[in-house]
Amino acid sequence: MSIISMSNLYKTYNTGKVKVEALKSIDIEIEQNQFVAIVGPSGSGKSTLMNIIGCLDTPTSGNYLLDGEKVGRFKPNRLAEIRNWKIGFVFQNFNLLPYATAYENIELPMIFNGLSYKKRKKRVMELLERVGLADRAAHKPTELSGGEMQRIAIARALANNPSILLADEPTGNLDSVAGGSIIEIFRELHRDGATIVIITHDRAIADNVPSTIKLKDGVIVDSLN
Amino acid sequence: MKFFLFLKQFYRDLSSQKLRTALTTFGIIWGTASIILLLAFTTGLKKDQKRRQHGMGEAIIILWSGRTGMPYEGMPKGRRIRFVEEDPEYLKMMIPEIAMASPEYTNWSSTIKYRDKIYINQVTAGNAEFGEMRNLIPKPGGRYINPNDIANKKRVAFIGYEAKKELFGDEDPIGKIITIDFVPFTVVGEMIEKDQNSSYSGSDRRKTFIPYTTFTSMYNRSYLNNMVVKPHESRQSDYVKRRINEVMARKYRFDPKDEEAIWEWDTTRGDQFFDNFIFGMNIFLGMVGFFTLMVGGIGVSNIMNAVVEERTKEIGIKMALGAKASFILWQLVSETLLMTFIGGVIGLILSGVIIRGYNMLNIEEMGSPVISPEIAILASILLGIIGFLSGYFPARRAAKLNPVEALRL
Repeated sequence: MSIISMSNLYKTYNTGKVKVEALKSIDIEIEQNQFVAIVGPSGSGKSTLMNIIGCLDTPTSGNYLLDGEKVGRFKPNRLAEIRNWKIGFVFQNFNLLPYATAYENIELPMIFNGLSYKKRKKRVMELLERVGLADRAAHKPTELSGGEMQRIAIARALANNPSILLADEPTGNLDSVAGGSIIEIFRELHRDGATIVIITHDRAIADNVPSTIKLKDGVIVDSLN
Repeated sequence: MKFFLFLKQFYRDLSSQKLRTALTTFGIIWGTASIILLLAFTTGLKKDQKRRQHGMGEAIIILWSGRTGMPYEGMPKGRRIRFVEEDPEYLKMMIPEIAMASPEYTNWSSTIKYRDKIYINQVTAGNAEFGEMRNLIPKPGGRYINPNDIANKKRVAFIGYEAKKELFGDEDPIGKIITIDFVPFTVVGEMIEKDQNSSYSGSDRRKTFIPYTTFTSMYNRSYLNNMVVKPHESRQSDYVKRRINEVMARKYRFDPKDEEAIWEWDTTRGDQFFDNFIFGMNIFLGMVGFFTLMVGGIGVSNIMNAVVEERTKEIGIKMALGAKASFILWQLVSETLLMTFIGGVIGLILSGVIIRGYNMLNIEEMGSPVISPEIAILASILLGIIGFLSGYFPARRAAKLNPVEALRL
């Protein structure tokens, strides 16, 4: 069964007089353990698609099934739960809480999920090991390098064992070395069975990802599997 | 960890707005202190005034007989009405709402003697209920005149504390023999000191009280000076007064509508006036305090708005990670509540210190201000409401943020 299944999906923004169709007639199927890149120029609707996949936003019309659930019609509170349980976000600018330590940042989604202190601690330590930053637990984001911050963000994204990892230009703010190590982590996660969707306009990355979805003006122009 | 994180954020929010936080907390402190102090002072004043007012008796009615103001059944107006000794008992029998009633005789200038000391002052006579109605409380070791004294026309006396000082100095008067107009009496009780700010026949502290039965055997009197009655409950006083007029009108044959045949002083009237006065004052001062507190609350609300503004991005991140709107809402509301709570506690402590300091000055006329449980509860409820409201609206704004837009910042 597909993890993500979109059919005839539209997203329209109503900015006063002008109606902007950000996404038009989108059909996407993403299977378990697929590694997909969504590429396209800016303004092509990548971010809008990303927000809808990530349940931060809802489509104007059409169907969106995540893990078989019709999340396109969910209310904000239910969407928050879905984001907490099924989605792991990795952002271009990391989006770590600046005042909290690496440990606390990773812990946050588990707090929202109501996990006990003991379980959280175990999981945070596991994840810090996983991204190779066990010695940075007590460091704040400002004390970490860009690459380290993004690894913490990945660890946070994995906290609640999500069905899907969503990364929005994860290497956009990193130098090529750090960026390369982040992509390497994604590859490892993919090998271990994770489903990953990555948005990028970096050709080098897109070419190394098994499947790509190309967007232009809100329409899928090319889909490579 | 959750709570720790909450405190950390709270600290961070406040320290990023130091001056504003300080001023706002000051506003809450000031508001709390002003509400508490204003109400504490009026409560103190009220208690003190009540005590003085009730020096003469609480919710009693004093009755004097007058002259008829209307012709009745062929009799002309201007006819003298006079109460007799049986009237109080008669009233009590006819009007069940009356709890206590006593005749009162006064001899304005009696010579009271103890050994070589002479004291010339009033002698007042009533029954055993008179003492209770008129707040004549004996010092420990003594007693007031009792029904047995009345029945047996005993020559016993209960003396006011000033009369006692004149006659006995520091000596214990109980059991000592004094003479009143050359008739020997045994002192059975001395009145405890009391504040009395009203009277109809002079201050009780200078008087000597004896059984009315003994009084009439000494002085040749056919009529009472006045009566004192007390209803079971003060709110019955108007009804009781009307009934007294009716009962007496039938007995002495005057028009029940005649308002001059019997004169009365209803002390509950004064109580009511004073209660209303204090109530009005409380409302006024409470409003002053409330608005001061509200200004503080608006300050808190303002800070929380700035916090939401500043933290929009962070709220977006949390929402992306799965925080529900209610989590965002309650985090901000509880931060506000904590802030008002801290300000409120400081304000409460401050008022406590000020009141303690004031009470040490011993300014009697104002009474002693007290922070009663009612005041503390009222202030806490107000603080809670203001804290909640000033946090709720900014917090709701935060909780309603669109995560996509919040993250874009």
